[in-house]
Amino acid sequence: MRDEPDHDLELTSPLVPLFVITNGRSLPPEHVYERTTLVSAHEGASAAARTLSPEARLVLDLVMDGFLSVAEVAAHTHLPLGIVRILLAELEESGLVITRKPVPRAERADRELLNAVLDGLKARFGA
Amino acid sequence: MYLDSGVSTAVKILVVGHFGVGKTTCIGSISEIEPLRTEEEITEASIGFDDLSGTPDKTTTTVAMDFGRLTISDEVVLYLFGTPGQERFKEMWEELSRGALGALVLVDPERLSDSFPVLDLVERFGLTYAIGVNHFDGTTTYPLSEVREALNLSAETPVVTCDVRDQRSAAQALITLVNHLLSLID
Repeated sequence: MRDEPDHDLELTSPLVPLFVITNGRSLPPEHVYERTTLVSAHEGASAAARTLSPEARLVLDLVMDGFLSVAEVAAHTHLPLGIVRILLAELEESGLVITRKPVPRAERADRELLNAVLDGLKARFGA
Repeated sequence: MYLDSGVSTAVKILVVGHFGVGKTTCIGSISEIEPLRTEEEITEASIGFDDLSGTPDKTTTTVAMDFGRLTISDEVVLYLFGTPGQERFKEMWEELSRGALGALVLVDPERLSDSFPVLDLVERFGLTYAIGVNHFDGTTTYPLSEVREALNLSAETPVVTCDVRDQRSAAQALITLVNHLLSLID
């Protein structure tokens, strides 16, 4: 079934094993950091960055100047999504990042959001 | 690169379809940023071995997924996630479908049967969807009614022809989906 497993894995395998990057932490529950959860560094976070692992620092540096989604953090840092989630949990616990979680689905919120999306698409693409 | 500071709400729509159907092209046509790629590990059961042991072999695979972004208003940003349509990615579907507004299912009229597993996943995860029949260069156009019949779609599922390389056409397919979502609320 699997002809070239190593080839796939090499794409993301860093020089250090992943459990080293994450200090042996395990994945937080997925819903804590959805792909669309927005993340930004907390004011004054840069002072604390010194004590972080290189990878956690990479994440923190990336969001120092504004909000990005968790998916974008993973893409820009080239770290696997699961690792980014663990690093964000570590950073948030230390008060270094703030997050804006996606709104849970509810009918009224949906209608407003859908209208906003519709208007935005029409305005943007003249459709 | 950063989101506008007032953006507080992120929504997502999945762009799904079989391999090579044009998901990434579609996302690239609409995204305000160069499409980005996440990599993640999934575990999957190796099929066909140890059927009787009760402990199927699990293997880990890295999956790359493309996504794009479109700021919709001062407060809202839309993310489009290209989502592979194979059964073995169902672990990712669970997370991706949670909170998603809906799915745009891209189909290739020359390979309609390849879309069956995709539609199966979309329905299993309860996603509302519209069908975008991607009109590849040089292919003949198919009557949409034939596509609807071949895919065994319900009467209310919107089916539109699109050329996902074209920004307006790709956007129109998304607009069709959003209109459909709104019609279900009203």
